[in-house]
This record gives sequence, structure tokens and C-alpha cells, in this order.
Amino acid sequence: MIQTIAFYLFATLLIASGALTILARNPVHSVLWLILAFFNAAGLMVLVGAEFIAMLLVIVYVGAVAVLFLFVVMMLDIDFAELRAGLARYLPFGMVLALVLLCEMVFAVGAWRAGGVDLGHRLGATPADVPNIEAIGTLLYTRYLYIFEGAGLVLLVAMIGAIVLTHRARSGVRPQNVAAQNRRRPEDAIRKVNQPVGQGVEL
Amino acid sequence: MTAFFQTHLGYGFGWFLATLILILIIALPLMLAVAMAIYADRKIWAAMALRRGPNVVGPFGLLQSFADGLKVFLQETIIPSSANRGLFLLAPIITFTIALIGWAVIPFGPDMALADINVGLLYTLAASSLGVYGVILAGWASNSKYPFYSAIRAAAQMVSYEVSIGFILISVVLWAGSFNLGTIVLAQKGEIFGIINGFGFNPLLFPMAVMFLISAMAETARAPFDLTEAESELVAGYQTEYSSMAFALFWLGEYGNVLLMCALNATLFWGGWLPPIDWAPLYYVPGIIWLFIKISAFFFVFSWVKATVPRYRYDQLMRLGWKIFLPVSLFWVFLVSGFLMLTRYGAGA
Repeated sequence: MIQTIAFYLFATLLIASGALTILARNPVHSVLWLILAFFNAAGLMVLVGAEFIAMLLVIVYVGAVAVLFLFVVMMLDIDFAELRAGLARYLPFGMVLALVLLCEMVFAVGAWRAGGVDLGHRLGATPADVPNIEAIGTLLYTRYLYIFEGAGLVLLVAMIGAIVLTHRARSGVRPQNVAAQNRRRPEDAIRKVNQPVGQGVEL
Repeated sequence: MTAFFQTHLGYGFGWFLATLILILIIALPLMLAVAMAIYADRKIWAAMALRRGPNVVGPFGLLQSFADGLKVFLQETIIPSSANRGLFLLAPIITFTIALIGWAVIPFGPDMALADINVGLLYTLAASSLGVYGVILAGWASNSKYPFYSAIRAAAQMVSYEVSIGFILISVVLWAGSFNLGTIVLAQKGEIFGIINGFGFNPLLFPMAVMFLISAMAETARAPFDLTEAESELVAGYQTEYSSMAFALFWLGEYGNVLLMCALNATLFWGGWLPPIDWAPLYYVPGIIWLFIKISAFFFVFSWVKATVPRYRYDQLMRLGWKIFLPVSLFWVFLVSGFLMLTRYGAGA
């Protein structure tokens, strides 16, 4: 009973926050609705027993990606008039996207009409008493090992690419060199002089 | 208790009511602990600065935190006219709530966790990574310069240190063989020579324990990493525009997070509710007392560091996180997994 209530709660909130992501006028509010949508998706994942995926969704998307995304949006200087001016230009492209989405929805409804989804029949066919993490780990590190490592490699390339693109060598910057600071001893910096009165010190 | 309610009220509703009561059993003493932690923090800080600290309200000033609480409760809530009203009020609530939810998976004794879930450690990681939202939203919604600077700093700082915390936790998980916090505590039983409990006593994992403690300070934005509220630069950081209960919620949330991090330190590396030595008479002391002693010890360390270590400069903070902690913790994941392959699982396996 409680599971059913929780499902409908999460599902309703997910759809509502998804809709509000698009409808909110303020882009920061949009991102926040998106974050709420992530949360509710994580809740749905927990309900189907995929708690590992749910936690990853929260840690990776909500905890890291959305934070940076939120920041970019906060820093943007958004001019609403300019935003509306672009509407006519992007309208055809938007219509195409909307049409594709409509087709997908029709297919989805058709698939739903074709027969009920059997929730008891898991695709992964793992034993019920194996924890999520073990089941995923076993699959990733045996059957899908090369694909998994390939995905890791793609991410590595993307990371290096991002660093190369954003890094620029600037002249005139004096970064802190901690090793040099630690190597420096009092003898390198201090000189004792016992100068007679009336004579200057040679610097 | 869940079983008792379920026999009388039916499965679903009994579970719901039992969970609700258990949440209150955890949250109410936690609030009391936070009040006492604030008092203890001020006392320790004062003692190290050769001052007396709060000593007027109640015996030894013990009721100081409650007097402060009453004071902020009676103050006027000021909302800046150009602030984003909804988010401005939501931000402290988020900070406070997220400081509480992490406690759901902390084991207070054998089978004494509110939610004994398989992904317990990931859950705490998720909860701690959400803490940044309160700060960011407060900084942005205040519509004021210093809070926004503070929000920028907080976002970068927390995301940076989460990376190394993740790797540290991975080495603990590898050693314990589970993500479940209860199992991790039990795996620490007799870690050294079969008598000393705690991963932290293991020379291979001790550096991780130290790094986790430092990362925990950075994650909770405590001194010496309290750049988000560096008063010499940012007035009071993201809290600048806040007053009354909204401010108090930030305060409570911050200390709730600190206590949670202390509890995690104790649970992951120093045996949690297990006594430090695996010796039968020590088990007569309830596990929750051991955990309480360990949390208090770590809280003292947090206060001690706050009283003695000068604040980091921001670039130094980033350097420590990305150039020292991240490579070392990454290397340690290799080291630990390699060691385990050699000793526990067999090199050929």
C-alpha cells in the first residue's frame, strides 16, 4: 500500500517538476525543478529495487553535475526580451523536435496497450538475494568489461580535452611554488651585518 | 519495535508509525547534542584562547545555547527586499534537513540503525554532497555580493573534497567488502592481532583515516577551511543577510553536519560502536556509549583545530584538494586493492 502511495507521489512530483522545469520563467528556478525531478527519479529507482542506481543518480547528478550547472545558470546574464526574439528563428527546429517527441509518445502508448509490463520479470535475471552493487559489478567486470573500459576511456579523453581547451599559458603569472618555499632557509633570506654608525648598508 | 507495531496495526501502517517514532528518537537527542556541541565548541575554543567562554546562563554556562536559541526565536526575520523570497527561506531549511538525513544510516549499536541499507555508505556520501545546496541557494537568493562570493567558494570547495572523500571511502569499502555501514563496523572487529578494533589502527589505512578527517573538515566548511564564511573577507559569507530563525537553522545545520562527520569518522575508521579493544568486559558498556565517546573525541579534534590552525588561502585549499589529496587517495585505492588481491583473494583469482 505504502509502496503504491510512494510510487504515485514520486511519479506525480517527477512529472510536475519536469513540466515546471520547462515552464519556470526564471532559469535558476528551472534548474531547481530539474534537481527535484532527479530526486523523484531516484525515489522511483529505489522503489523498483535499483538502490545503487538511485544513489549514483543523487551523488553524480544532484551532488555534482547540477551544482555546476546551477552555477553556470546563476552567472548568466539573461535578457528575456532577447530570448523571446529568437523564438521565430528556432520555431521550425522546435516543431521538428516536438513532432519526434509526439511520435515517441504515440509509440509508448501503443506499446503499453500491447500488454502490461511484467515487473516481476527482471531483465538482468539476477538472484533476488544478491545486492544491487554486486550484481552490477559482476556484469560490468565480466561480460561488459571492454565496453565499460571503453566508456572510461571516452570519459578520460573528454576530460583531457576539456583541460586542453580551457588551459591557457598566461605570462606574468607567479604561481605559488610550495617546494621552493619549503626549501628556502633563513640563511637564504637573512644577512646579519654589524655596520659602524654613520655608514650605509649595501643592499 | 517495528515488529510490535506491525502486529497491532498491520504491516504498512505499523512500519510507517515505527519509522516515524525512530526518526524522532534519533532527531530529538541529536538536537540536544547539537546545542551541547555548540556550547562545548565555545568552551574549548575559549579555553585554548585563555578565556572563560560562556559561563553566565545556568551552571558553568551550560544553558547558553538554549538562551541563544530563545533569543533568535524572538528576533525579527528580515528578508531583504531584493532577495528571492522563496529560495531565501528555503535555503536554511535545506541545510538543516540535509544535516539530519545522514543520520538515518549510522549504526548506533548491533542492528541499531534506522535504515540498515546495502548502499548505506553511498547514502551518506549523497547526503553530504547535498549540503552544498543550502549554501548556494542562500548565496544566490540573498542577491548580495558577499553571499554570492561565498556560494561560489562553497560549490568549488565541496565538489573538490567530495572527490577525494569518494576515493577514501572506496578503500574502506574494499577492505570491509561491503557498502553497508553495519557490516563495515563488524568487519573492523579484531582488525589488528585479533584484539584491536578499527581500520584506523591498520598502518595501511591510517593515512586514509587522517585524510578523511581533514576532508571532513573541508566538506563541512569548518576552520581552517571555513572560506565560505571567512569574516575577514566576506563579512559572514552566505549567512550575511540572514537573521533570526533562518540564521539559527544554518547554525544548527552546520553543527549537525560536523557531528555527522565525526560519527562517520568514528564508524568508518575507529570501530563505530565497537569498543576499541576486543575484550569481553568492554562489551558490557553499550555500543552507543562507545560511539558517543568517539564522536565527542572527534568533535574535540574539530574544535582544537578551529582554535589553533589559521585559515587556508583559497588557492592553497584547492591545491590541497586536487594536487595532494586526490592523487594520494587514488594511489591508495590501487595500493589497498593490490594488497587485498595478494593477501585475501589470491593473486591468480
